[in-house]
Amino acid sequence: MELKANIPGGPIEKKWEQHRFDMKLVNPANKRKYSVIMVGSGLAGGAGAAAMAELGYQVKCFCYQDSPRRAHSIAAQGGINAAKNYQNDGDSVYRLFYDTVKGGDFRAREGNVYRLAELSVNIIDQCVAQGVPFAREYGGLLANRSFGGALVSRTFYARGQTGQQLLLGAYQALERQIGLGNVEMFPRHEMLDLIVIDGRARGIVVRDMVTGEIETHLADAVCLATGGYGNVFYLATYAKGCNATAIWRAYKRGAAFANPCYTQIHPTCIPVTGDHQSKLTLMSESLRNDGRIWVPKQKGDRRAAHDIPEGERDYYLERMYPSYGNLAPRDIASRAAKRVCDEGRGVGETGFGVYLDFGAAIQRLGESVIGEKYGNLFEMYECITGENPYQVPMRIYPATHYTMGGLWVDYNLMSTIPGLHVLGEANFSDHGANRLGASALMQGLADGYFIIPYTIGHYLASTKQEKIDPSHPEVKRAEAVVAERVKRLLGIRGKRTPTSFHRELGRIMWERCGMARTDAGLKRALDEIPALRQQFWQDVNVVGDGTSINQSLELAGRVADFLELAELMCLDALERRESCGGHFREEFQTPDGEAKRDDEHFCHVAAWEYAGPDRRPNRHVEPLAFEHVHLTQRSYK
Amino acid sequence: MNLTLHVWRQKDARTPGRFVTYPAKDVSEDMSFLEMLDVVNEGLIGAGQEPIAFDHDCREGICGTCGVVINGRPHGPRDRTTVCQLHMRSFRDGDTLTIEPWRARAFPVIKDLIVDRSAFDRIIAAGGFVSAPTGGAPDANSIPIAKEDADLAMDAAACIGCGACVAACPNASAMLFTAAKVTHLALLPQGQPERYLRVGRMVAQMDAERFGNCTNHRECEAACPKAIPIETIARLNRDFLRAGLRGERKAAAGGAG
Repeated sequence: MELKANIPGGPIEKKWEQHRFDMKLVNPANKRKYSVIMVGSGLAGGAGAAAMAELGYQVKCFCYQDSPRRAHSIAAQGGINAAKNYQNDGDSVYRLFYDTVKGGDFRAREGNVYRLAELSVNIIDQCVAQGVPFAREYGGLLANRSFGGALVSRTFYARGQTGQQLLLGAYQALERQIGLGNVEMFPRHEMLDLIVIDGRARGIVVRDMVTGEIETHLADAVCLATGGYGNVFYLATYAKGCNATAIWRAYKRGAAFANPCYTQIHPTCIPVTGDHQSKLTLMSESLRNDGRIWVPKQKGDRRAAHDIPEGERDYYLERMYPSYGNLAPRDIASRAAKRVCDEGRGVGETGFGVYLDFGAAIQRLGESVIGEKYGNLFEMYECITGENPYQVPMRIYPATHYTMGGLWVDYNLMSTIPGLHVLGEANFSDHGANRLGASALMQGLADGYFIIPYTIGHYLASTKQEKIDPSHPEVKRAEAVVAERVKRLLGIRGKRTPTSFHRELGRIMWERCGMARTDAGLKRALDEIPALRQQFWQDVNVVGDGTSINQSLELAGRVADFLELAELMCLDALERRESCGGHFREEFQTPDGEAKRDDEHFCHVAAWEYAGPDRRPNRHVEPLAFEHVHLTQRSYK
Repeated sequence: MNLTLHVWRQKDARTPGRFVTYPAKDVSEDMSFLEMLDVVNEGLIGAGQEPIAFDHDCREGICGTCGVVINGRPHGPRDRTTVCQLHMRSFRDGDTLTIEPWRARAFPVIKDLIVDRSAFDRIIAAGGFVSAPTGGAPDANSIPIAKEDADLAMDAAACIGCGACVAACPNASAMLFTAAKVTHLALLPQGQPERYLRVGRMVAQMDAERFGNCTNHRECEAACPKAIPIETIARLNRDFLRAGLRGERKAAAGGAG
């Protein structure tokens, strides 16, 4: 397998501009002759489907939710970065590029990241034009706040609901195209296979989740914008329905999977309370602008927070990283929290928690200012925990939040299967080994609004394809595989629920492939996961039938895929014998406990190629070159 | 705590439904309402019965997917809360809970507690947007917007499209939902060019979907998990009236070309 990144030559500032000129165009009158499938309707998918339809392509868009407005992009709270430099504090496209490459611990492509930083300014313009109600100053201009890993204020926000407002902007643009008849929308449809004919992606097989019917949809190109795979950990900040099925089926049809072990553990989530827990809730990183993180200095100090005097508190982020303080990047803040809890200084009933304290900020600014900035987050916290964060400090702990890994794509967002494009969190491209806060929304919208509309045209204009008949043997074969799998899941009638398998897999992954990983632990996971998978296929109990809504069947199918993907994640984590960003191998750390990269051997993207059932996948390498941001150990001290 | 649940079970849109009673035992007060249902469902699957189907996704109160009526109140007893954020500490040991789907002609039940809310999407598709094709936008700071207007627009834009307003309304009206979008866009300069066209089209679609009319019961406002105020309905009515008074305006020579 050849990994051709297709990054254009020339100076970094000119790459995208030159590439836009070099790409082929489709005549406006011919665009309506081309059909494109978009799977997913979040920021990347919704924006991409709308933007392509605006150009004139015939678009079919699919989502598993009951409406495209529900995609999990909606839950992003804090904000979106853009190099507008509206605050006059020294920001620039180059600085955003620099911060992102460094934040990703030098494991992302410079060319892609520069383009992302460049497009960030267009995104804000586009969203404002759509009527996204960003926060404003009294003079009527846009407000900004700071996020982790940056020393400038470049984050735009709409209270604590930025993802919601951006998604609704994309959703409204998409609905407009649906109303105009340019997009055909298929909600409550789940993609279960990819159709590849003559080496090109030509369609998908979906299950109508209401009727249970297996349907095929054919097109000239396929785009996946199906999000990340963090639900492999069972407890995560993802929506319950988020799954890896679409990208996993594409992987099994030949799309390389890049850096599967790069997962982001977000430092500020509400801690776990018990076994019944079904998900974890994030508290936006923006809270770290005004909240101070601390634990007691003394081990096993069980006093209530306000009984611990100032001198006996350890504001450990401020102590360890004086220049970034509470705004240290996510991977660093998460590991620091784990370390203090492992030392026995954690707070709350379980001891797996640290304080995020607004006492000083409330004293300085008053309750009403804090309420205006974070009111809805405080309310959400109180709703879940029964504690009022205006009076007692929040308790937080790290949780799985994002996956930087995903399907490998080139500069045009095309996977190793020609015609299959991958957008947003589902691809691997721009964040390296750690994503900075407020960058996921930026990447999703850049891919959807400003990259795919160009690169899809280039692909279509430079590819000559026959029309495919639905009776094509490959189509029939893919349909049969899907139907057979549904039948098999319904026929096992074992003793354990799909959720119990999911929970057990999550426990294995969190312990062995979570915030800290070891050679021995990963090897153990590689024994445990196949055993659990085997048990799943013998003992899972999926009740009901396949002819109407069956949520157990949907879940079982997703868990079956997680049980395979988990193994690949552990394999990738085992092979990457270095620490970088969110991938922390205990064997590779500096004397003060920071991630220690091995640029000599691992300054590359690892892309895995499926080799058949029960066979070890092949690991391919795309070397990374750093011409602008020089390889150094990251320092936030 | 232990509870008794009367839950609406319905195989599909064509089959009539009925209430079935289930015990919910050893419920922890830290569970969310949906986690309580998860536990009941795990028990049902263990006994070889079909679990109760209910819509849910983000479980953090923002996606708008979940929603059931608990003892007659959409999203349950706590104000400004979706059922995924409703925790069992809001209930007492021994409580009996009647759990039903949204009831509205425009929201047909498709299984158990799940309804089809695609009518909402069609209302948005009819006009709930600013026509701003990708790529042609001016600099974001070129049009200052008074903070007050931006804040009020944000209040209205916070709607999550869950449908509780329809479920709460004796007329099963979708006025609060529609008005929230009309208000959001009408308060912003970007929404002005299509302001009157939008309100007319969205209201027409709302009627075509067979939602009822608003007769000022204010149940919607009380049930709304995001506290969308009914002032938005007043704004919609004002714009709708103005749209009618303006009538259809046509350039004599077939437009500006």
